[in-house]
Amino acid sequence: MPQVTLSVNGKSHTVEVEGRTLLVELLRERLRLTGTHVGCDTSQCGACVVHIDGESVKSCTILALQADGTQVTTIEGLAKPDGTLHPMQEAFREYHALQCGFCTPGMVMAAIDLVQKHPAGLSEKEIREGLEGNLCRCTGYHNIVKAIAAAQDVMHGRRSELARAEAAE
Amino acid sequence: MNVVAPFEGIGVSVKRKEDLRFLSGRGQYTDDIVRPGQTYAYILRSPHAHARINRIDTAAAQASPGVVAVYTGADLAAIGGLPCGWQIHNKDGSPMAEPKHPVLAEGKVRHVGDPVAVVIADSRERAKDAAETILVDYEVLPAAATMQAALAPGAPAIHDGIAGNLCYDWHIGDKAVNDAAFAAAAKVVTFETTNNRLVPNAMEPRAAIGDYDTTTGEHTLFTTSQNPHVIRLLMGAFVLQIPESKLRVVAPDVGGGFGSKIYHYAEEAIVTWAAARLGRPVKWTADRSESFMSDAHGRDHVTKASLALDANGKILALRVHTQANMGAYLSTFAPCVPTYLYATLLAGVYTTPTIYCEVKAVFTNTVPVDAYRGAGRPEATFLLERLMDVAAKETGIDRVELRRRNFIPADAFPYQTPVALQYDSGDYQSTLDEALATADWAGFEARRAEAARRGKLRGIGVSTYLEACGIAPSAVVGSLGARAGLYEVGTIRVHPTGSVTVLTGAHSHGQGHETTFAQLVSDRLGVPVAQVDVVHGDTAKIPFGMGTYGSRSLAVGGSAMFKAMDKIIAKGKKIAAHLMEASVDDVEFDRGTFRVAGTDKTKSLGEIALTAYVPHNYPIEEIEPGLDETAFYDPKNFTYPGGCHIAEVEIDPDTGRVAVVQFTAVDDVGRVINPMIVEGQVQGGVAQGIGQALLEHAVYDTNGQLLSGSMMDYTMPRADDLPNVGVATHTTLCTHNPLGVKGCGEVGAIGSPPAVINAVVDALRDYGVSHVEMPATPDRIWGIINAGRKMAAE
Repeated sequence: MPQVTLSVNGKSHTVEVEGRTLLVELLRERLRLTGTHVGCDTSQCGACVVHIDGESVKSCTILALQADGTQVTTIEGLAKPDGTLHPMQEAFREYHALQCGFCTPGMVMAAIDLVQKHPAGLSEKEIREGLEGNLCRCTGYHNIVKAIAAAQDVMHGRRSELARAEAAE
Repeated sequence: MNVVAPFEGIGVSVKRKEDLRFLSGRGQYTDDIVRPGQTYAYILRSPHAHARINRIDTAAAQASPGVVAVYTGADLAAIGGLPCGWQIHNKDGSPMAEPKHPVLAEGKVRHVGDPVAVVIADSRERAKDAAETILVDYEVLPAAATMQAALAPGAPAIHDGIAGNLCYDWHIGDKAVNDAAFAAAAKVVTFETTNNRLVPNAMEPRAAIGDYDTTTGEHTLFTTSQNPHVIRLLMGAFVLQIPESKLRVVAPDVGGGFGSKIYHYAEEAIVTWAAARLGRPVKWTADRSESFMSDAHGRDHVTKASLALDANGKILALRVHTQANMGAYLSTFAPCVPTYLYATLLAGVYTTPTIYCEVKAVFTNTVPVDAYRGAGRPEATFLLERLMDVAAKETGIDRVELRRRNFIPADAFPYQTPVALQYDSGDYQSTLDEALATADWAGFEARRAEAARRGKLRGIGVSTYLEACGIAPSAVVGSLGARAGLYEVGTIRVHPTGSVTVLTGAHSHGQGHETTFAQLVSDRLGVPVAQVDVVHGDTAKIPFGMGTYGSRSLAVGGSAMFKAMDKIIAKGKKIAAHLMEASVDDVEFDRGTFRVAGTDKTKSLGEIALTAYVPHNYPIEEIEPGLDETAFYDPKNFTYPGGCHIAEVEIDPDTGRVAVVQFTAVDDVGRVINPMIVEGQVQGGVAQGIGQALLEHAVYDTNGQLLSGSMMDYTMPRADDLPNVGVATHTTLCTHNPLGVKGCGEVGAIGSPPAVINAVVDALRDYGVSHVEMPATPDRIWGIINAGRKMAAE
């Protein structure tokens, strides 16, 4: 069987895979990084989004072999070693942007890439359009959009800490 | 130093305890679990809607690399069929038709996706490869893909011995009284609609792992379920004949349910049965295409209704004829959805004196249909709230005014409807007033005019609704055909050092129970939320339970915890009285402190707990050691959340696309424990309601092929399809449960679809339409506008 060598969350792995093995299968079943989820079979839902060399990619649409030599980051690799959450993770928690948690890893990874690609900042409309590739069935996206809007200010250094969600009535 | 801990009890938006694991990829969903020596099952499914199976040749599959076993219906014929949990009776008193629902097809397939064979191999891919070599000799039969086709004379018989594909012909109400009211009416309004068929599409596909301990004879099933104890009961007792003591069902983190994960599915029985037979764990995980053709669908009603009014617009009577699609087999709770969760809701928030409803449930060659978020109540609400707008138009009475004239007044509770339910509380004028103000209903015409200047058609729609949830009083549902009790179970375990573990039979698959339930306990026992852990989803850990659906977790499950806390406090008072040398009757308890009334003598809950577990100085003759109490709570009534939803839409006349530009929800869900979580529940429900109104439709062709069978074909709401959803609550307390809570999980999906369609019809008021069917797709809207333009041109 062919071999693939890649770095996942900073750790190097060399794994034998079948030619047809998808990157998401490598991550979930071989490396046991089960934070990356599979929610569909037509590349519609985005639950499997990871970063490959800093770009968000649906890991169900790429063969493991195609990821040879790349640096992959999954949801497990986002927080600092001391447990400090990435601002996007923190914002999702603060704004109640997750319910069942299944779409969440892909949503967070996609949102980080979206924000990084727009240093000037995103409007609500742009955030909604930017999430076109990710499905959530629980939240209605309302709080996801608010979380991303809050996280971008921290990620771009416009605020030192996250704006807190307004207390609900 | 006196540090005052922040109050984390009832009414505070405490951040969720469960979020950290989900946000860091450490949730554990069923497919994340790997059992030693695990094998993988792949289910071969029927490509035909209706066919006889003449022969199945599995020889090549058996010999394929990595294959451990191949099974067909013949191998499983000795085990029971999948049971139905609710029996409806026909008008003549005879029971409904209840055909066998085999785990694997026996001689015939009845819908696309019906399981035919299972291949078990050492990898998912090898199981799938082998399945492709199975030869099934199908004799394709004519299919009845719609209710109209299934009820037509000469329609193909889906099940032997079931005449006309009719499951039941049921009714409620006094027809003679109803007829008389119609005869005396000043105005009769009629309305017909199809409530579109939906695919629930929780983001986590279903999965199941069977495991078997050959030394103890214990079976374990890990499954994506909303109610593990119900699965244990149904599968153990009716399908596989495994005693409860030898069957453990675990529903770990579950990625959304919305009803679709209530039911006992074939795959659960297959992996449990096969694991024991093979002595190895067997895992099955659906891919999304399988979900589309094997998860129970929702809705799918065809209805004709008439509303009788007097000259002042007061409703005199409602008459409804509904056909409800059951699909090819009866899913676990399917028969109750179009009857006791639908027809009993037809009074809505109105003082309708007489209601008659008949329901025909029909078998078709489609996936079974069962409860999906709201279940029957969205169908009833859509019907009523469209009827009110049609009636307003035909009588010339303003649509808001017509609703006000017919509201059950706030001082009329408890209110007995003519369709069995007795509402305990509500205030429909107030929720309407608040929603109208928030949505700036009065200022709408200016916004319509402004939109018109931009070439857009703007409309506004209102829906005033009610639902029955907190399911359900066991004696009541038992008398209506339920084959189970619908109480809930809660255990409060106070540990020796004062931290608390809560065991609940409810199941969280997104609702945030680990937080809300911890707040309930924190509020009453004065223990910080961080020291209250909630355990759910494992029959080996939790005494019993009926699970989560019908917005019941807090109203029924929370009430069980409350009752268990009553017992903790009562026992604690006895211990405290002993320690403080006082009479039990003089001991008061408030948020973690036992006090001798009128004195400064106190003991903390922690001190009492330690004493209970280290009973050196203890009233041992009177009470047992320990501080661990369980309560079963059976609700006295349903709960009745209600409120008002207002949608504002803009239609692009060139494309027919409808955009919901503003949405206001003012809901009465009873007492609110965590406002943040309630808002999230309503927003999510509204998103599914807007999905039903504008985007989603499970479409079969006349041969029974599911055309919208993937996420590329079935339109799921995306972020840019939806508006921000403004949510407010206006509380009247439930009068019959100890928490005053009503439930918030389904209100969004129930109240919103008619608000959206009422707005769409309002936007199209110049195009001569009185109704637009769901989903109001661009194609449908463009057709209406184009026909209207043609009319204008001619």
